[in-house]
Amino acid sequence: MHSNRLLFGWRGAPARRRFFLRRLCSCGALLLWVTLAHATGTYQAPEDFLREVFAGQVPAPKKLWITDELKRQIDAIMDHDLGVLRLSYWARDERTAWILEEIGKEQPITTGIVVNAGKVERLKVLIFRESRGWEIRHPFFTDQFHNVGLKPDTQLDRNIDGISGATLSVTAMKKLARLALMLDAWVKDHAEH
Amino acid sequence: MKNVLLVGSGRAALLFAALAVRSGGSHAAEVPTAEQMWAIIQQQQKTIEELKAKLETTEGTVQATRKEVAETGKRVEETDQKVEATVEKVEEAAAKPPAASWVERTHVGGYGELHYNNWENDEAKTEKDEVDFHRFVLYLAHDFNDWIHFYSEIEIEHALVGDDDSGAFNSGQNNKPGEVELEQAYLELDIHENQSLRAGLQLLPVGILNETHEPNTFYGVERNLVETNIIPSTWWEAGLGVHGELLPSAFPGLSYNLLLHSGLQVATTGANAFRVRQGRQKVAEAPAADPAFTGQLKYTGIPGVEVGFTGQYQSDVTSSTLADDNISATLFEGHLIATKGPFGLRALAARWDLDDGPAATGPATGPSDGRDVQWGWYVEPSFRFDAPALLPGEAGVFARYSEHDNNAGDAASVDAQISRWDVGLNYWPHPDVVFKFDYQNEESDIASGNNDGFNLGLGYAFF
Repeated sequence: MHSNRLLFGWRGAPARRRFFLRRLCSCGALLLWVTLAHATGTYQAPEDFLREVFAGQVPAPKKLWITDELKRQIDAIMDHDLGVLRLSYWARDERTAWILEEIGKEQPITTGIVVNAGKVERLKVLIFRESRGWEIRHPFFTDQFHNVGLKPDTQLDRNIDGISGATLSVTAMKKLARLALMLDAWVKDHAEH
Repeated sequence: MKNVLLVGSGRAALLFAALAVRSGGSHAAEVPTAEQMWAIIQQQQKTIEELKAKLETTEGTVQATRKEVAETGKRVEETDQKVEATVEKVEEAAAKPPAASWVERTHVGGYGELHYNNWENDEAKTEKDEVDFHRFVLYLAHDFNDWIHFYSEIEIEHALVGDDDSGAFNSGQNNKPGEVELEQAYLELDIHENQSLRAGLQLLPVGILNETHEPNTFYGVERNLVETNIIPSTWWEAGLGVHGELLPSAFPGLSYNLLLHSGLQVATTGANAFRVRQGRQKVAEAPAADPAFTGQLKYTGIPGVEVGFTGQYQSDVTSSTLADDNISATLFEGHLIATKGPFGLRALAARWDLDDGPAATGPATGPSDGRDVQWGWYVEPSFRFDAPALLPGEAGVFARYSEHDNNAGDAASVDAQISRWDVGLNYWPHPDVVFKFDYQNEESDIASGNNDGFNLGLGYAFF
């Protein structure tokens, strides 16, 4: 007994073509239905993230001009130029908050990172635009960054386990965490002197 | 007068003293005369006038300075505003390239791998001492907008594609070894949050390597035998499917992939009859009357862990080659990837079940008997670490044991199972660049013998 006959209940190519067309129509209907519900991957607006981080009292943003020395350090972490003249950040007491972007495979991933006393207090994926690798937004991944610091060689001081199939997005998150930690140390060091 | 005297300057005091001296030391206490007093007053008045003039001049200077400071401050503020506006415009321009620029929405990437094989086959008394640029791949992708994307991948295999020695193309005689293949060309529509519809020529969601096979992502120079002969990687078909997250709130990390697609067309006679690898049509004027369906469930909800299951149904793996019969088939595959710190583990098992078919030509009892069942599995532990001193990057060692059998049916007249050990080393000077070495040792009773030896390779990928 041939299982395709049991499943499809036809004999011969014309019947199979009808089956194929029916499935195509079904998929088309599915497409129409889901297209109506099209949405982007905005998990939290950056301003909402900042309000949450600073309990509704968001300090005025500060501007960090990217000097030649700072640019060298940024390039060493990111493997490329950020393409901006300065970065905005928000600071209160020992905490600094950064809204940073890095491309996973083809699209920028907008990420909010809070650094407190030289350690990552919080990392959250705010806007994800790639077609794959969205798993990085889940707490099971981002929680790994909690309390991670920076080693002297600007590598993270703890291993971050990746997600299979989301390697490029994971790499982007590691880079942004390193960048936020380095920038936090930079602004504090230059404020003291 | 008293007031005038009080405000007298030092110069007036000196004059007074001089007059006193001139009038004689013995008369120093005498009161000055009226003329003397008048002279003193005149001098003091003159001094006062001079001081007033100086004060007025100073006050004027101060006023002018204040005005200049205020104007300078205003200019600084205006300059700040101009700098702010300029920087904002520059940053906006950098962040938002012109919408009409299709270049900004087009992405290029690729990968490649060069292999050196040095094998010996004791049974067949043959050697392989060969260098081959096995794969040179270019990706081209384009974003039509923020939810409609195009992806493509074109590959040159074995470096050279061309006519045979007589100038005839694909004559079957001394053809050049290479192929040019379109491995991906599909449209992807992000139809909902983390839900996408995909239509076109695409890689099938099965196994570990079929969708992710850039050389820097796996151990070993050559791909493993199970995902070559049982899962015929690289395997692509034309189809329409949907993939995305499944119940993200309840099961974060659970995803699905459903695809209706074109099927295989295996040979029904000859040495490769009913071998699935040789049944790939590669969407090249391929018969499409016998569709197939693939579904995959994957769980990546624990960092470093992936568990995947794939099922596939082929309505007729011969694509209607047999006039009186259809040979349907099912493929089941499961795999595990686990990475914790430097430790890694990959394991995979896959099995095909083909309908028996007619006795004269079917996979169970025909000329290639036993191909109604084909299976394989492997397990691959690994350890990755920082490269030794003076070397940048990372290195990793691995061992892999695999078994597979393309003639595993009950009616098989030969034992075609191949067991193989692979051990080796990867060195990544950069995460996207790899150098590889491995040693392979096969065991089997097949007539073509076992290939034992070592391989060297290099690979790269960029996006």
